[in-house]
Amino acid sequence: MSTVAQKKGFGAVLWDYLTTVDHKKIAKLYIMAGGFFFLLGGIEALLIRIQLAVPDSNFVSAGFFNELLTMHGTTMIFLAAMPLLLGFMNAVMPIQIGARDVAFPFLNALGFWLFFFGGLFLNLSWFLGGAPDAGWTSYASLSLHSEGHGIDFYVLGLQIAGLGTLIGGINFLATIITMRAPGMTYMRMPLFTWTTFVASALILFAFPPLTVGLLLLMFDRIFGTAIFDPALGGNTIIWEHFFWIFGHPEVYILILPAFGIFSEIFSTFSRKRLFGYSSMVFATVLIGFLGFMVWAHHMFTTGLGPIANSIFAVATMAIAVPTGIKIFNWLFTMWGGSLTFPTPMMYAVAFIPSFIMGGVTGVMLGSAPQDYQYHDTYFVVAHFHYVIVGGVVFAVLAGTHYWWPKMFGKMLNDTLGKVTFWLFLIGFHLTFFIQHFLGLMGMPRRVFTFLPNHGWELGNMISSIGAAFMAVAVLIMLYNIVVTSVKGEYVSADPWGDGRTLEWAVASPPAEYNFKQLPLVRGLDALWVEKMQGKKEMTPAEPLGDIHMPNSSILPLIISFGLFVAAFGFLYHPDGVSWSVPVMIIGGIITFGSMTLRSIIDDHGYHIHKEDLMDDDDKKGVEA
Amino acid sequence: MHVEEKLTAETFPAEPEKATLEGKNKFIGFWLFLGGETVLFASLFATYLALNKSHASGPSSQELFELPLAFIMTMILLASSLTSVYSMYHMKNFNFKKMQLWIGLTVLLGASFLALEIYEFNHYVHLGHTITGSAFGSAFYLLVGTHGAHVLFGLCWAIALMVRNSKRGLDLYNAPKYYVFSLYWHFIDVVWVFIFTVVYLMGMVG
Amino acid sequence: MTNNTNHSNVDLAYRRRKSAEEMKHHVISFALMIFLTIIAFIAVGYGDFSPYLVVPFILLLAVVQVILQLYYFMHMNQKGHEAPKLFLFTGVLIAAVTVLCYSTIIWW
Repeated sequence: MSTVAQKKGFGAVLWDYLTTVDHKKIAKLYIMAGGFFFLLGGIEALLIRIQLAVPDSNFVSAGFFNELLTMHGTTMIFLAAMPLLLGFMNAVMPIQIGARDVAFPFLNALGFWLFFFGGLFLNLSWFLGGAPDAGWTSYASLSLHSEGHGIDFYVLGLQIAGLGTLIGGINFLATIITMRAPGMTYMRMPLFTWTTFVASALILFAFPPLTVGLLLLMFDRIFGTAIFDPALGGNTIIWEHFFWIFGHPEVYILILPAFGIFSEIFSTFSRKRLFGYSSMVFATVLIGFLGFMVWAHHMFTTGLGPIANSIFAVATMAIAVPTGIKIFNWLFTMWGGSLTFPTPMMYAVAFIPSFIMGGVTGVMLGSAPQDYQYHDTYFVVAHFHYVIVGGVVFAVLAGTHYWWPKMFGKMLNDTLGKVTFWLFLIGFHLTFFIQHFLGLMGMPRRVFTFLPNHGWELGNMISSIGAAFMAVAVLIMLYNIVVTSVKGEYVSADPWGDGRTLEWAVASPPAEYNFKQLPLVRGLDALWVEKMQGKKEMTPAEPLGDIHMPNSSILPLIISFGLFVAAFGFLYHPDGVSWSVPVMIIGGIITFGSMTLRSIIDDHGYHIHKEDLMDDDDKKGVEA
Repeated sequence: MHVEEKLTAETFPAEPEKATLEGKNKFIGFWLFLGGETVLFASLFATYLALNKSHASGPSSQELFELPLAFIMTMILLASSLTSVYSMYHMKNFNFKKMQLWIGLTVLLGASFLALEIYEFNHYVHLGHTITGSAFGSAFYLLVGTHGAHVLFGLCWAIALMVRNSKRGLDLYNAPKYYVFSLYWHFIDVVWVFIFTVVYLMGMVG
Repeated sequence: MTNNTNHSNVDLAYRRRKSAEEMKHHVISFALMIFLTIIAFIAVGYGDFSPYLVVPFILLLAVVQVILQLYYFMHMNQKGHEAPKLFLFTGVLIAAVTVLCYSTIIWW
């Protein structure tokens, strides 16, 4: 099988992507789907801000507003931020450790399709009777009594998507543990790989409580059990604990890969190795560990009592320490470096003050007595948007510019990128800075309108104008992507010129097998070590030989589709329709039948022969 | 093909489940999965511990559970753990037929466990202890039922392994699959140790 | 890949003996597990022991039995199990925190 690009028809390309198990193609699927849901979540946000721009508005009804805010949060966190980050982790991490793919390529595809069908199922709620409306946190007292099927869409959709994420987490962990290239010890891994590792460990341990919580809510709503129902001895706080035992590590799952992206960007565009590598690794692991000890800071006002509140408040303060270590290390990386400021570096520099602002309001919220004043006001909304937008979204935009040439072979236009950056930065601060003060002035969150003459009109109007800036910025980014795809020029393996890590040692985009010969890693910043010795490329760690590749398969899509079908059976079961159980069974057969087929049909992959690899040497200018 | 090469007792590696990259990945991947399952079952246990006194108008745990049945079920599952250890012993010794035999015994014991559990649940329902009748009932059936579902899945997995490989014999392609199954089966027994302690024994002590 | 030396018969004999010895350990572990289980049942079924004594006791017995399962039946005592140990014990830690939470601050 030749690795030279072949001209393919649309149908062939579509089938290729539907059946691929290649981590690079799966990464593109995640980024496209995540990007699409980001736009959807953005539209939901715009509608919220239009409604809140003026007092006493009835641009949308109260019920619809609740659906909008629920779906905005759920979509942005589960269907946009996580998939975009998973996409980058998929695209970059295997190459950074010198591997040819992840440990379980088939499961990698399955993880994507589970996310896709889960997200699709959740969003079908808009058309099938109404979206969930109890907030992205879906507290059991409210969500148990929400009429219509909205919450059931939430429960079932997130359960399916969550399975996908869990599979992805296990995959990345196994890959990093077993498939590092020779010479790549743990302490020679790039920071982005380390953050992938710790975030994946967080996924492994944080998603099961969510799975159980969703299972319990599903049983209570669909089968009439009594876990959360006080009348039969249940307790609604059980949901809150499960949600936040998941939910707090979840935000670290979001921010750690973002930190990893910025670590790569800071060192590349300072032409200097990351300052304090060991302490960065230590801080990452500590943040991951502490992230599991603080969840009840989301529940200070539920009546846990002063002892529990104090313990969680102190633990919350402690997380600021390793985060601070990281901020200082990034600044020290820049100090004395040879700095350039293309678009990714602009985002990185803007990230520092923005994230710090979000971090310090987090410390304020972490003080239990103070939180009694802030809880459920716009102060909280301002805090988390500062850390998520100022941290995660900036990282995603930065990472998009930074790794676009590696993934697609062309550079995004830097001027347009900077226009997007400035518009987005201004819009972001306009929207959310003022919300701190709205919160301090008493404006509650998750309420569809506000009365005039509270002094909130100006703040809300400014906030809504900022949203418009961000919308324009995103549109310009889309335009950038389209223009680049149509007109852009192809680039080399190391288009930024100063690549330090292994992904810049392979072609842009990489061959399907990544490395013709697995590289020998001789130190941290493996490619930089070779460059400093005057070499143009990595020393190989093995002779040229046949390369074993996995086969594509349509089964991951079918397995996920089966769960999607079964979910409809579960959804309509409480309505007493005759077809609910048959549909559950049919969906189950599709899923378990496909899983059985996968297990009993042998799949040994195929080989790319040595002779074909040697041919490419002559044809390609850049060596893989 | 390397993985399907016909091996003999001498050429069969000492750790067949980890002799290939795929085997190493399956080994690590499955232990990682067990780490996640630990937290999953802990969440179900936690819910049970919060709700086991809330029996509403149904029977309480002291009125419900009986030592002899719990003891027999425990012994059966423990024995099935030992039979699966024997099957791995024979796998290491490249004795395919004996390995299949001991897995078959594991399946029989597991099926008996499940049959007793179904009988037990049916009995409780007749005593008024139902999944929708009280928070205690919901938490009990969700915890013990999830464990039972894991047992059922394991039985289907073992049978599929035995049938699919019956003509093929042992090689480096299926050795990791058998090994991973035995890890799963032991884990199920680990969870049961906590179930019989926390649910049945603690439930009877009060 | 394998430890095969030129003397495959010696290798094989050594491996067989090691396997058999391991199997002996497994059978001993099994006997211990049965014993621990029986004691736990007796502690609950017979005699009027206070629950404050019985409950920690049977929990301790359960933990010991699980350690035997992990280390012997699941081969955690063999080399190559560093990563499994790390992830399983982290899982156990998080599990313990969860169970602690639900046994305390749910109804207080």
